[in-house]
Amino acid sequence: MEIFGVPTALLGSQLLIGLINGSFYAILSLGLAIIFGLLNIINFAHGAQYMMGAFIAWLALTKFNVNYWVALIAAPLLVGLFGVILERTMLRKLYKLDHLYGLLLTFGLALIIEGVFRDQFGISGESYEVPEALSGGIHLGFMFLPIYRAWVIVASLTVCFGTWYMIEKTRLGAYLRAGTENSQMVQALGINVPLLITFTYGYGVALAAFAGVLAAPVFQVNPLMGSNLIIVVFAVVVIGGMGSILGSIVTGIGLGLIEGLTKVFYPEASAVVVFVIMVIVLLVRPAGLFGKA
Amino acid sequence: MSTAKQPSALIKTEVLYTGLFIVGLIAPFAVYPTFLMKLFCFALFACAFNLLLGFAGLLSFGHAAFLGTAGYVCGLMVRDLGVTPEIGILAGTVAAGALGWIFGLLAIRRTGIYFAMITLALAQMVYFIVLQVKATGGEDGLQGVPRGHLFGLIDMSDNIAMYYLVYAVFSIGFFIIYRTIHSPFGQILKAIRENEPRAISLGYDVSKFKLIAFVISASLAGLAGATKTLVFQLTSLSDVHWHMSGEVVLMTLLGGLGTILGPAVGSATIVTLQNELADKVGSWVTVIMGLIFVVCVLAFRRGIVGEIQALIQRAGIR
Repeated sequence: MEIFGVPTALLGSQLLIGLINGSFYAILSLGLAIIFGLLNIINFAHGAQYMMGAFIAWLALTKFNVNYWVALIAAPLLVGLFGVILERTMLRKLYKLDHLYGLLLTFGLALIIEGVFRDQFGISGESYEVPEALSGGIHLGFMFLPIYRAWVIVASLTVCFGTWYMIEKTRLGAYLRAGTENSQMVQALGINVPLLITFTYGYGVALAAFAGVLAAPVFQVNPLMGSNLIIVVFAVVVIGGMGSILGSIVTGIGLGLIEGLTKVFYPEASAVVVFVIMVIVLLVRPAGLFGKA
Repeated sequence: MSTAKQPSALIKTEVLYTGLFIVGLIAPFAVYPTFLMKLFCFALFACAFNLLLGFAGLLSFGHAAFLGTAGYVCGLMVRDLGVTPEIGILAGTVAAGALGWIFGLLAIRRTGIYFAMITLALAQMVYFIVLQVKATGGEDGLQGVPRGHLFGLIDMSDNIAMYYLVYAVFSIGFFIIYRTIHSPFGQILKAIRENEPRAISLGYDVSKFKLIAFVISASLAGLAGATKTLVFQLTSLSDVHWHMSGEVVLMTLLGGLGTILGPAVGSATIVTLQNELADKVGSWVTVIMGLIFVVCVLAFRRGIVGEIQALIQRAGIR
């Protein structure tokens, strides 16, 4: 079977990869947006923290024989805790300064984290076996669907929409939204804003680590896996604007799909297509698709 | 403006710059010239970057694109078209300026943190293009660029001759930056940095000023990049990588954001550090750079020159 002269199996598998990439863009840009909303900091270390998640899963399996499912919970918790420590000891000191200092500090942190992992593990990359329960695949007739890849999409979408629900429908989410609007007022109403900020940063970082664990069996576990991804995610954030949670999710997945399609029809451009779209969006709608001007 | 300088302070500044200029003239007889050339290329790069961040308040996280593009353009023209070095440098500078104009047009549509992210993303796009285009040599970079003869006359393969070319390029670039900062144009940039809405309400076309500043900064970064290609006779992917964009931020931050000499001092420190550390600690260099970043942001935001200026001021008051 062919569509536009492209075998459906190829088209299907590239779209699947696109969807997976898109889910990662969605989770990561969601985390960036939540952190930026309350802390006014762009977390450059987001990519490094995603990589930490993947490495913790890999280390847990190879060194301590801890399985995938435990890692899927434990790695985000550990990296989230690491984020909490960073926030309490460093980021906290920058809230009164220009926002750019937050970007610079987290950039430095990203360099440190990446450098340490590169020294320990080299840059060749490690592979992580797909957990047994999710190995194999299903023939859909027009293409082969590996179960693990389907799981990645389901899991990321669940986490994305869970986060959306928490922010839009729960009391904690209401505090968070109010804090984003006017944190001084929220503080005056008796809510512990510093704690809320710490929690938010920890949660955003944990989301990145969760994506990292999901990514471990799909891509190579590599110290540089995060920094290459995070720049694309920045472009995604510029395209979508950070004003809306659902907007981040839709933009992330949409761009992943477009990237997948580009890989099929014009592979040379697949690395830059997201940036090209960013340029177009900046020309047509500078505030971003879902942004407030 | 309360910073109107006393005549004596002005004389002191002039003495300082003249002294530094003379030191630069005799330096190659005391220090390894190749190291000095590298240092001056990065110093010019950082000064150009500082014009944008320190005086216009715009954080570009994509300056490697200008350094690298100019390097590739200069290298290709000198190696494959056989033009003389000064034409190569000029072509690289113009290419970087043109690229800066495109980047600027897009990036000034947003401010603050978005500006940084947009420049970073655009620079990454340039990186991928350089990686894929055949002419740039992909992973191998551009090698075997001849230094040629300046104006077709002076043989540049001699390190001392090359040094004086680099030094002249740096001095011209530095002078342009100095004049820009101290011109009415520079004052308006500072006004925009301090209070953009107010500058707009005073009738200034803020976007135009930002764009011009961006183009000047990009061109001078390109000037540094093109010269660097001739010095080392190669350009590689690392020149367009985002690590390089981060490095120039670090140099400027460490030396002193918004000071005139700061970026040069910062780049001298970083280049020296990298040279000293490269064979001793290997891949830990990145970690050390990251640590310096963190320390600078948390506890040393004025940078080396900024701290010295603050010390002098305190002493002057007493």
